[in-house]
Amino acid sequence: MHPLIQQLLSQGPVITDGAWGTELQARGLGAGESPDLWNLTHPELVGEVAAAYVAAGSQVILTNTFGANRIRLSEQAAGDQTTEINARGVEISLKAAAGRARVFASIGPTGKLLMNGDVTEDELRAAFREQARALADARADALVVETMSDLAEAEVAVSAARETGLPVVACMVFDSGKEKDRTMMGNTPEQAVKALAGAGADVIGANCGQGVAGFGVICQRMRAATDRPIWMKPNAGLPIMVAGLPRYTTTPAEFAGYIPALIKAGASFVGGCCGTRPEFIAAVSQVVRGH
Amino acid sequence: MPDLTQLYDSVVSGDAKATQIITKEALAAGVDPLKLVNEHMVPAMDEVGRRFEANEYFVPELLISARAMKAALELIRPLLIARGDKPVGRVAIGTVKGDLHDIGKNLVASLLEGGGFEVIDLGVNVSPEKFIETVNTKQANIVAMSALLTTTMPSMKTTIDALKEAGVRSKVKVLIGGAPITQKYADEIGADGYSENAVGAVALAKRAVGAA
Repeated sequence: MHPLIQQLLSQGPVITDGAWGTELQARGLGAGESPDLWNLTHPELVGEVAAAYVAAGSQVILTNTFGANRIRLSEQAAGDQTTEINARGVEISLKAAAGRARVFASIGPTGKLLMNGDVTEDELRAAFREQARALADARADALVVETMSDLAEAEVAVSAARETGLPVVACMVFDSGKEKDRTMMGNTPEQAVKALAGAGADVIGANCGQGVAGFGVICQRMRAATDRPIWMKPNAGLPIMVAGLPRYTTTPAEFAGYIPALIKAGASFVGGCCGTRPEFIAAVSQVVRGH
Repeated sequence: MPDLTQLYDSVVSGDAKATQIITKEALAAGVDPLKLVNEHMVPAMDEVGRRFEANEYFVPELLISARAMKAALELIRPLLIARGDKPVGRVAIGTVKGDLHDIGKNLVASLLEGGGFEVIDLGVNVSPEKFIETVNTKQANIVAMSALLTTTMPSMKTTIDALKEAGVRSKVKVLIGGAPITQKYADEIGADGYSENAVGAVALAKRAVGAA
């Protein structure tokens, strides 16, 4: 196990953070605007989100770099700012963490499907290498390959992230199949664990895709398939649409109520994805650590 | 004369090479090309759709079956055109203005092609003007719009309103889809149809042009 991961886990389960996009929208991020560009244009507001999670009890916070790969940034005509956007994203989170939390830098999907010929494997590898390098150079503590629907893309991202020497977390979205235990491409938790471990991920898990209630089984199955630490970041239930906008009805207390079972099922890192806010992390912290 | 049940099987299993070989043999043996499509390949794609809905097939299986279908259609389409048969319909498809997500849109486009439609893929971030221009210059009879974000959904309404203003709304059926879209939203903005997944989108498009 990577020494940093070992050190973090020596004190018991680790609390990560909640959603970023919705927090940025609450601070004025406009419709269809790229959150990542805010690292350059509104660093103080991005810093507020990071600081809110640290204050809520996050021991690990992520970075506002989810979509900061060259492929996605180019769609916003910002491909040439890839390195800068990633570097600033890490800087902002490090500053907010101020030594009280570790900064695990976020690497999201490119939005292109390898199998449909939208992109080549070489293009994917180059994009993830560039982003991982920029995040590592800015002194992120670890890298998180997250919200991946396609195992093939995740494997490329993980192996590119591995080249930096930083610990790598890899997590997939399970939102398909009768039991919502498959990825969009049909892969099971067991297949995901095998492929991600094979690609060199230090920590493996699931995020997004469905509410916290569905994560227990996925966690158990991943736990049974690997001895690597497990990372779980569920959504706050299923959204309902109110006036054309999604609203999550799960409360922080309800969400936190599921966390002990998730830890029992084998999760070592717990936090939230879509619909979770700093109050959710505060409630999780209360349940897990008693404060 | 090849065994045409193998044509069905090769589409269901996504074997593009076999699909093409059997199609070639059947055409050489004088089988009506339309019969190949309607009696063997379309039922095969229906079966693929059924398996997807039953969670037996996932996106990769859908894509390879659509690809097999497309491989055969490449041989068949020129023959149909030569004798004056028209495609099932002509679709102008795109992700709406402000939205850059194209996985869902590409999947629907592939399946529509597999279903015998002629597909004009306008890409992502497509303006209402671009849709209108395509309807006018390419005689598309279906406008298919995709949006992944709740923040970009309103562009669907903007596009429908623009189609009305341009006087071409009645020439096309407007179909919409994407993660945040619901039937209720489709009704609200005056779309002609909504499908919650790519398989349903093909059936919806066929109904829209009266081909099913």
